[in-house]
Amino acid sequence: MVFRRLLPLLLLASAASQAAVLPEDRADLMYHRYEGGGLTVDGPSVLVRKKFGESFSATASYYVDAISSASIDVVTTASPYTERHTEKGLSVDYLHGKTTYSVGYMNSEESDYTSDSMSFGLSQDMFGDLTTVSIGYSQGWDTVGKRDEADFAEDVDRRSYRFGLSQVLTRTLLLSLNYEAITEEGYLHNPYRSQRYYGPAAGSYSYGPEVYPETRTGNAGAARLKYFLPWRAALEGGYRFYADSWGINAHTASLEYVHPMWNKWIFSGSYRYYSQTGADFYSDLFPSANYQNFMGRDKETASFTNNSIGVGASYEFPVTWLSWLKKGTVNVQYNFMMFDYDDFRDLTDFPPGTAEPGTEPLYSMDANVIQFYLSFWF
Amino acid sequence: MSFRKSLRTLALSTPLLVAALLAVPATAVAPAGPAPQFKLASLGGKEINLAQYKGQVVMINFWASWCGPCREEMPILEKLHAKYKPMGFTMIGINVEPDASAAAHWLKATPVSFPILLDTKSEVSKLYSVASMPSTVIVDRKGNVRWSHRGYKAGDENEYLNQIRALVRE
Amino acid sequence: MRGHAGRIIPMLAIAGGLALSACAPIEPWVKPYERENLADPIMAIDPDPVSSSYMDHVFEVREGAKGASGGAGGGCGCT
Repeated sequence: MVFRRLLPLLLLASAASQAAVLPEDRADLMYHRYEGGGLTVDGPSVLVRKKFGESFSATASYYVDAISSASIDVVTTASPYTERHTEKGLSVDYLHGKTTYSVGYMNSEESDYTSDSMSFGLSQDMFGDLTTVSIGYSQGWDTVGKRDEADFAEDVDRRSYRFGLSQVLTRTLLLSLNYEAITEEGYLHNPYRSQRYYGPAAGSYSYGPEVYPETRTGNAGAARLKYFLPWRAALEGGYRFYADSWGINAHTASLEYVHPMWNKWIFSGSYRYYSQTGADFYSDLFPSANYQNFMGRDKETASFTNNSIGVGASYEFPVTWLSWLKKGTVNVQYNFMMFDYDDFRDLTDFPPGTAEPGTEPLYSMDANVIQFYLSFWF
Repeated sequence: MSFRKSLRTLALSTPLLVAALLAVPATAVAPAGPAPQFKLASLGGKEINLAQYKGQVVMINFWASWCGPCREEMPILEKLHAKYKPMGFTMIGINVEPDASAAAHWLKATPVSFPILLDTKSEVSKLYSVASMPSTVIVDRKGNVRWSHRGYKAGDENEYLNQIRALVRE
Repeated sequence: MRGHAGRIIPMLAIAGGLALSACAPIEPWVKPYERENLADPIMAIDPDPVSSSYMDHVFEVREGAKGASGGAGGGCGCT
């Protein structure tokens, strides 16, 4: 349930990543694993991309999340569960001159959530291939269900508009600017979550249903600079600002260093800082039941920071034994994330009546994320 | 609502029109006068002069080991050189990389029999106003540029064949 | 806010497209034969699409912000 979102749009958006030349033929096979805050999610991710003739390239993707959850939300208000989320996507790129046109479709299924998306994109090279301008539009249709409630079915309509500009600044410096506007309408919250309010007895709290707005419009603007260092390494810095109609403002800043070594190895290290201020209607503890029009206690809409560091290694193995294979790599990446919430409290050891509501410790959690993947170019 | 829909259609089609106008397909462009003279060191160590090929049809190909379409094109250029050499034709490959070792390394795996010249200071690239990678220029027996090609796409070799055949008969 | 997004973006796209078509005569300051560093695989904007889309997904599920994670361009600029 938690994993509905815009992954479909992301996998499709990354398909047209070069304008004047079609993307290379490749196949990637990944095992991914997330463990944090009582939640474990793992599964495969597969991507295959192939050119057809000189003008067409198709990309097919398959992704699974096997979810086993005893997260804080689940532990305090429900019981642990397992779930399986599957995504399949297909996109096609068409190259004509210096323009690439892309069309994509993605379907995602879970026992209580289905999502379909269509995506359109156009990418144009200009100024002697120093500039690439891209625009994109995506449309998604979701149906939100509820486990154990067969006739619960609510809809979500999602639209996103993207604009990107990539500019070669010097022989060693590349600038990438991206803007995206996302608008959603419909049932926008999690049907299993509850908000918390003070009472009815003094020194205690109760749970009530969340009430969310039916629309959400967000804007994100990001800039990335990638620099080629003289000893053959790359340094990339990025910043993104996000603000939406729910009152959530977020800053993301990241730095990544990539260092090739010994001819066949590439090592990388990264740091990412994320901070957000919570939604206007978010509160960890409302003073009373039905306190205001909209009430939510989803920690993803709270005020918090996420610091994460990552390390990765990639090895290019010999492929001379297989004539149709051009290049192959084996890769591993590990990320460690530290979430610290400013206004979401940890109620695991504090059921109603055991502590003065609002004095429970603030929640924080760490997560380990591992990726292991093989990439083949043919 | 319909205003927004028609605006969106217009927004998506305008870039297509702009794209059509700006599209630069990889095809031949008309002649442009006498071929600029140059002298460069070759991978073999000898110095090679364009003037020493006067009287022959010369096809000059600007390439780099980091350029995908350039690498794809090389075996085809080798075939053209082998086929038309007896008729007074020569292929010249000009590598544009500042460091020749990458080119030398790639050529070990995919050797060619025509001269590879090293334009490490990009002097000849500037002289020929190289505007895309790869770039090919075909010079006739009198030393005039008759055809120039920007880029390489599968199927371009048919154009090369026709043009070389015509020039070799002169 | 929602109405603006639907109108401003298409207008920006049109304006951008027309403005850029008028600016065509600017000489590229990095020549096609000077792109050896930009063509290096380590300078690719998105070298591992499966990995980057997975990490975007991991962050997006747990954080409130989303979007603007695309990228195209750079590279060898070959045709």
